[in-house]
Amino acid sequence: MLQAAAFYILAATAVLSAFMVVAAHNPVRAVLFLILTFFSAAGLFVLLGAEFLAMILVIVYVGAVAVLFLFVVMMLDIDFATLKARSAGYLPLGGLIALAIAAQLALVGFAWVGADGAAAHLQAPMPDDTHNIAALGALIYDRYVLFFQLAGLILLVAMIGAIVLTLRHREGVKRQDMHRQVNRTRDEGVEVIDVKRGEGIG
Amino acid sequence: MFQFLVDWWNALPFGVQWTIATTSQILAFMIVLLLSLAFLLLMDRKVWAAVQLRKGPNTVGAFGLLQSFADFLKFVLKEIVVPAGADRPLFLLAPLLTFVFAFITWAVIPVAPGWVISDINVGILYVFAISSLGVYGIIIGGWASNSKYPFLGSLRSAAQMVSYEVSIGFVLVTVLLMVGSMNLTAVVEAQAGGFWNWHVLSAGMLPWPAFLITIPMFVIFFISALAETNRPPFDLPEAESELVAGYQVEYSSTPYLLFMIGEYLNIVLMCALMTVLFFGGWHAPFDIAPFTWIPPVFWFAIKVVFFFFMFAMVKALVPRYRYDQLMRLGWKIFLPTSLAAVAVMGGFVVYSNAG
Repeated sequence: MLQAAAFYILAATAVLSAFMVVAAHNPVRAVLFLILTFFSAAGLFVLLGAEFLAMILVIVYVGAVAVLFLFVVMMLDIDFATLKARSAGYLPLGGLIALAIAAQLALVGFAWVGADGAAAHLQAPMPDDTHNIAALGALIYDRYVLFFQLAGLILLVAMIGAIVLTLRHREGVKRQDMHRQVNRTRDEGVEVIDVKRGEGIG
Repeated sequence: MFQFLVDWWNALPFGVQWTIATTSQILAFMIVLLLSLAFLLLMDRKVWAAVQLRKGPNTVGAFGLLQSFADFLKFVLKEIVVPAGADRPLFLLAPLLTFVFAFITWAVIPVAPGWVISDINVGILYVFAISSLGVYGIIIGGWASNSKYPFLGSLRSAAQMVSYEVSIGFVLVTVLLMVGSMNLTAVVEAQAGGFWNWHVLSAGMLPWPAFLITIPMFVIFFISALAETNRPPFDLPEAESELVAGYQVEYSSTPYLLFMIGEYLNIVLMCALMTVLFFGGWHAPFDIAPFTWIPPVFWFAIKVVFFFFMFAMVKALVPRYRYDQLMRLGWKIFLPTSLAAVAVMGGFVVYSNAG
């Protein structure tokens, strides 16, 4: 009973806040609703018994990605009124894309339900003797280790690419060199000059 | 006399029993936390005062013991001022978020054998996930104030907390590699037997060179905890010489109080985490007679108070960091060090077959 109530509350929150992401007038509020959506999705994962996925979802998406997202949106200097006015024009195209994605999801879902052996997997989604961190670890680092490592490498390449694209060396910027600063001796740092009276050191 | 109560309790269905029991556990724990927080706050101010050769708060109650309660009443009775142009719902939501997130992390902290509200399998991850949410209270508060100092403060705070979370995460990974479990009770139980078995020395579990990794990891965790909770010397989000009070500028009365309680509760949480992860949790330093007479919860509390004292001393002694130095420390020193430590510790655990 408690589980069903939790499911309905979380699912309703997820759907409503996902709708509000699109409908909210203020971009910052839209991002906050997006975060609420992630959070309710994490709650749904917990209800499914996938607590590891739930925590990772919160850590990665809510704790890191969405913070950067919020950061960018807060810094943007945009006129919300014109943005809203233009967004109505995107409605048909956006609706079409949404419909296509929904259709694809439905296709995948129905195909999976009808596939060989899927019914058995649905009956026992997890082995009883191991909890899901160990199960996931065994799958990722054993059977699918190549794909996992490749995905990691692709992310690494993307990261290096982003750094290379945005890195620029500016001339004439004073930087702090801790090593030089600490290792400076009196001889290098202080110069004693005899200044004659009435003249400068000019 | 109480027989009718017992009968009534036994007649309840299990679900209702469970709900009532858990709710009362949570309430009791919250009350204990808030009460201890009141005295820890006083301790913080007393330590700070002692370092500066002052007396500190000494007027309300004996030795100023009731100062925190007086402050509490003062905050609660004042007027809540919402600035014009502020985003009112978000402005009031932000302190609530900080407050709630500060409390819910405590659900998985084991204070004594069996004394934990929710003994979940992914305890360490849960703590990490919720502490990464703590930044939202500050960002939203700073943005919703619609004022430049709070906004700058919240930007600084967001960048700082995200940066130091990374190294905290890697430190947590080294500990869970040693234990082989993410359950915090299991983490504490792995450190039984004496202080040399605590993870900071880890002598009973791994061959001796392990402390060459675990002691630096503890130091990194301690410093990152300072940065994560916006404590001096890393209190740049509220640096009064630059940003007045950062994200708290526009807050008054109860919302400010909630921010304050949330912040201090996070500090105590970090102290509790250090105790649980590195200093044996509820275990006594020696597993022999006079030490084992003292109840485990006392050992837990004394360690937490000790780390809180260290936090207070750091606040009193160390000057504030510059922002670029803070970022340098987080990304260029702590991140590579903790990453290397994860790799070395992983190899070490496999080599010694301990995990």
